[in-house]
Amino acid sequence: MADILPAYIHLEIVTPDHKIAEEEVDEVSIPGREGYLGVLPGHAPLITELQTGPLEYRQNDSRHYVAVHWGFAEVLPDRVIVLAEIAERGEDIDVERAENKRKRVEEYLKSHPESDPETVKARDDLRRAICRLETARQVRA
Amino acid sequence: MATLRDIRRRIVSVRNTRQITRAMKVVAASRLRRSQESIFNARPYANQMMVLLESLAGRLEQQQHPLLARRPEKKILLVVVTADRGLCGAFNANLLRTAQNYIREHRQREVSLITVGRKGRDFFRKRPVTMAAEYVNIFRQLEFAHAKELADKIIELYTSEKVDAVDFVYNEFKSMMSQNVKLERYLPIEPLVPPEGEYLTDYIYEQAPAQILKTLLPRYVEIEVFRSLLESQAAELAARMTAMEAATNNADELIESLRLKLNRLRQAGITKEIIEVVSGAQALEY
Repeated sequence: MADILPAYIHLEIVTPDHKIAEEEVDEVSIPGREGYLGVLPGHAPLITELQTGPLEYRQNDSRHYVAVHWGFAEVLPDRVIVLAEIAERGEDIDVERAENKRKRVEEYLKSHPESDPETVKARDDLRRAICRLETARQVRA
Repeated sequence: MATLRDIRRRIVSVRNTRQITRAMKVVAASRLRRSQESIFNARPYANQMMVLLESLAGRLEQQQHPLLARRPEKKILLVVVTADRGLCGAFNANLLRTAQNYIREHRQREVSLITVGRKGRDFFRKRPVTMAAEYVNIFRQLEFAHAKELADKIIELYTSEKVDAVDFVYNEFKSMMSQNVKLERYLPIEPLVPPEGEYLTDYIYEQAPAQILKTLLPRYVEIEVFRSLLESQAAELAARMTAMEAATNNADELIESLRLKLNRLRQAGITKEIIEVVSGAQALEY
């Protein structure tokens, strides 16, 4: 470990299709499987699975939100690398579409049995839609 | 003997064909640029995943996972990745030949097929092989979701022991000028080799390494499948570009030789007429 703590975190968010972000940030909040992880520069090396949820990072006074769905994060003292299956910036989220999806899936779940494998999938879809809405909401707040 | 009119008509027709081949070349070239970009974009994710996997491999005393399980290979699945469309040189033919050789070599075992791309499907539909699944029309707008669907399918077949091994045959994008048919084993996954020498970072694992490995391995298969589809797409476009370039050049040559023939014929006609006129006039003098 270096004597002096790094001043910034180099944040990289990548998906199989493209790189969502590569920036120097002050603080990252990661939706870990076991709960949210707040990461500041100089964090101990860590690997965690992600859950569906909004990831937040701060650059000076501006806050940014990215919806991530499933993936991994690798935390190093001066770097955070997020491997997400899907990741979308809050600004790019189509709120209307997510809202429609949420309604549709909720309807579906009401009328279908618990144990159906399709239900598991629908539940994932619902989680994603809610995460998108949440992320978009935070951007606007 | 071709008349002037026949030759003129022929020139027009070749010129029209040239226009089409030239347009196809330009389209292939611009799509190739995008396709190469996709390969480039997919790289950080794949590399990072390799790093994670290797560091995990160093952590685990024994790697146990259904996707690492080796069984006697009685039933093999071959995934054949061709293009949806033709007009791309020997791209599809080379690949299908390799696939057929493979099937012949593994005659004693039960080989089933998954075809990706219309050309492969049409080819094997007429032949006595077992088809497990087919995917067509995915290259127009290739996305990770397609790779995920295919990967989930092969994982399902493998873990339910319907097949004991999964091989991929696809065209690798080597350069603009050359494609290379590649045959690779995708399942079972080769045991992971921990990185050589001292491992530098001592990670805190939020979940147990075995648990992370369990969720990571299927993703690894997905990314490998995605990579081979991207490679195949780029290779197809490069092959089409080269083929259309050659076709355009051939059309140029053909037009040139037709024009020469046309001019010769025209000149011959004029000469003939002059001789007729001159000899007619001379006949009158006597």
